[in-house]
Amino acid sequence: MIGLAQTPVVQMKGITKRFGHVVANSQVDLTVYQGEILSLLGENGSGKTTLMNMLSGIYFPDEGQIFVGGREVTIASPKDAFDLHIGMIHQHFKLVDVFTAVENIALGLEGKLVLDKREVAARVKEICDKYGFDVDPNQKVYSMSVSQKQTLEIVKVLYRGADILILDEPTAVLTPQETDKLFAVLRNMKADGKSVIIITHKLHEVMSVSDRVAVLRKGEYIGDVPTAETSPQELTNMMVGRQVSLNIDRPAPKDPKPRLEVRGLNITDSAGVRILKDVSFTANSGEILGIAGISGCGQKELLEAIAGLQSVDKGSSILYLDPATGAQEQIIGQNPKKIRDMGIALSFVPEDRLGMGLVGDMNIPANMMLKTYGEGHGLLVNRKAPRDLAEEVVEQLEVVTPDVFTPVRKLSGGNVQKILVGRELASHPSVLMTAYAVRGLDINTSYAIYDLLNQQKAQGCAVIYVGEDLDVLLELCDRILVLCSGEVNGILDGPSATKEQVGLLMTNLQKGGADHG
Amino acid sequence: MSNFISLWQAAITFGTVILFGALGEILTEKSGNLNLCTPGIMYLGGIAALAGAFFYENGNPSPNPVVGVLVALLCCVIASALGGLLFSFLTITLRANQNVTGLTLTILGSGVANFFGGSMNKLAGGVGQISVATTSAAFRATTGLSGLGTVGKLLFSYGFLTYAAIVLAVVLSLFLNRTRKGLNLRAVGESPATADATGINVTLYKYLATCVGAAVTGLGGAFYVMNYIKGTWANDGTIEGLGWLALALVIFASWKTLNALWGSYLFGILYWLYFYIGGLTRYSQELFKMLPYVVTILVLVITSMRKKKENLGPAALGLSYFREER
Repeated sequence: MIGLAQTPVVQMKGITKRFGHVVANSQVDLTVYQGEILSLLGENGSGKTTLMNMLSGIYFPDEGQIFVGGREVTIASPKDAFDLHIGMIHQHFKLVDVFTAVENIALGLEGKLVLDKREVAARVKEICDKYGFDVDPNQKVYSMSVSQKQTLEIVKVLYRGADILILDEPTAVLTPQETDKLFAVLRNMKADGKSVIIITHKLHEVMSVSDRVAVLRKGEYIGDVPTAETSPQELTNMMVGRQVSLNIDRPAPKDPKPRLEVRGLNITDSAGVRILKDVSFTANSGEILGIAGISGCGQKELLEAIAGLQSVDKGSSILYLDPATGAQEQIIGQNPKKIRDMGIALSFVPEDRLGMGLVGDMNIPANMMLKTYGEGHGLLVNRKAPRDLAEEVVEQLEVVTPDVFTPVRKLSGGNVQKILVGRELASHPSVLMTAYAVRGLDINTSYAIYDLLNQQKAQGCAVIYVGEDLDVLLELCDRILVLCSGEVNGILDGPSATKEQVGLLMTNLQKGGADHG
Repeated sequence: MSNFISLWQAAITFGTVILFGALGEILTEKSGNLNLCTPGIMYLGGIAALAGAFFYENGNPSPNPVVGVLVALLCCVIASALGGLLFSFLTITLRANQNVTGLTLTILGSGVANFFGGSMNKLAGGVGQISVATTSAAFRATTGLSGLGTVGKLLFSYGFLTYAAIVLAVVLSLFLNRTRKGLNLRAVGESPATADATGINVTLYKYLATCVGAAVTGLGGAFYVMNYIKGTWANDGTIEGLGWLALALVIFASWKTLNALWGSYLFGILYWLYFYIGGLTRYSQELFKMLPYVVTILVLVITSMRKKKENLGPAALGLSYFREER
């Protein structure tokens, strides 16, 4: 087996790629061996995806050579990559919603004029049986879960005969259970002699699944190490280029007092499906309340209900307890502007940053103005204050941007998130809600966000943190509320809770409702 | 009974014009191109067919009907495909806004057609003087089957293009739903990035679908000129109205060619119904002519209430595709 593992299948030599004057990859050398799982590790903007896009034919390198199976090749289109048995599963799935699984798989392939769907389905079943997938050939993509879509993407690539699979952040949208299932499949493929490259910045996944880790930093190749001989700390240092502490602070809550009381919150959608069932909890000042749950079990609706964006069933109650006056105010039935007019500083960092949080085509000051345009008395808006705030946010949060007048759409995900968080924090919130605040962000930016949340906590803000990374939830939050199918399935004490406890509560609804332990 | 037969015949003839328009537009829209210049293309196809036949018949003392038909069809297909090519170049290569381009080309098409229509009238000696009698008669020629009493009148009393349209609707349906190329084309219209990533040449598919679609749409214009107004020209804007109705039919048919087939005849019946209902004034007739549009609106309301994704248009309809956009 050792001899097998040493056969290089792909060699990239001196690869350079520029976008305008930005150098995305500079003189990168990368070797992939047969029958290995290679993790490609690096922060946002370190050029991982760009490098792999050159292997899959989306981009074309400006300089350098690519060898596949020892032969120098030119990969000018995705089709060239398929012909070389290279297949990539992109972070944003490339599937046609109204097509069935089989139709998506057969797309773009040569063959007889009339498409024989049964023949395709039979081969799909063969592949599924071989590696342990579960795909319904006649299911439409729009009715699939994220994990099913990802499985379909992998099958699609295997169907085209791929021996080298590239997965771009495959676990970003999966639950821990789905991730385990994916990794089992990847190990099956490895055992079958296929090579797998997995792009990620989650260190524990790198450690658990890969044989070797290659690290990129700012477009340059830093080096590679066998996974067995390294540690998360060493990898982080390679990735960031300096010593980084991997511990998240959790100062004890100072003088927690109820700030937000949610009682009997029910939400039914237009199709009559209950999204949230009888949700009750209290968010305290000076603490971070984590909310865990598999995706789509009501987190979004819960936060939007508090923010005044979601209509709720009769009888629901969300009380805001004013720290200054002790008055209680009902938030249900208000809209964001009314809530603001009531003097409640409620900040919301939504999951959909460029859809709900910011306007992509507007620059940073204009996005800052979205919250303050109503202030002042004249007919014209005050443009100076938002510009000052924009410059302050860019400086304090180290936003990388040519200048504040760049449309935010053009910035990277981490910088977009910093601008959004910066704007929300500027209003000195007494309640701060964040949904997947670090999704897609690299380690440095993620830790910067955790620090900001802890600062808010120290200032007495009630922070509600909806997250998907259980390790972070367990390290950061003072209490963790677990949602399961729209019900509160338990509220755990942060410092003492374990990953297994949370994972179990996420997937198994306790009989007889919630056990508020 | 004779009333019903003549309503039926009027409906089929009317329906065939918009059926061609709708079939061409469905093919185009399946590639994600929203070509709103269906009326303009029908104008181009109509005037080109007429001009071809006109100059052929004028240049020949004893014109051959078959040659006349071939010349007319060829001119029609070339002129309308060129219209489609212009639209493709502007929207696919230059990435101009499809709605604006389509509406602009409609104005262009009607202008070009009415200019040449007027010129030919002048050549022929005055308004209404154009005559392509031989060719038009060949377009409208029927077989002996039309003599079979009522059945013959209902089913076999139409020119060959009527049957060509039916065959085309069936063939297009098979092409789009059964063949690999049809699947690829639908993918281009649903999600060009996905199609691109699987190695489909998105630009080529869009160009071909738009140009072939325009040629089919143009046949509607030729059918109108040769069969509907029997080889003459009128600057009255009727073609334009029919072109818009063809666009409505695409939505009514929820982008399915077989639905467009029966839908076109239904539109024909609804459109001509006023003629067979007694006691209508000129004004209340116009209300009846609205019926096809009312039905289209009802279909839109019903399909959007049912929210079934398969009944909606292609997801990337009207959007330009840039590979490098992230």
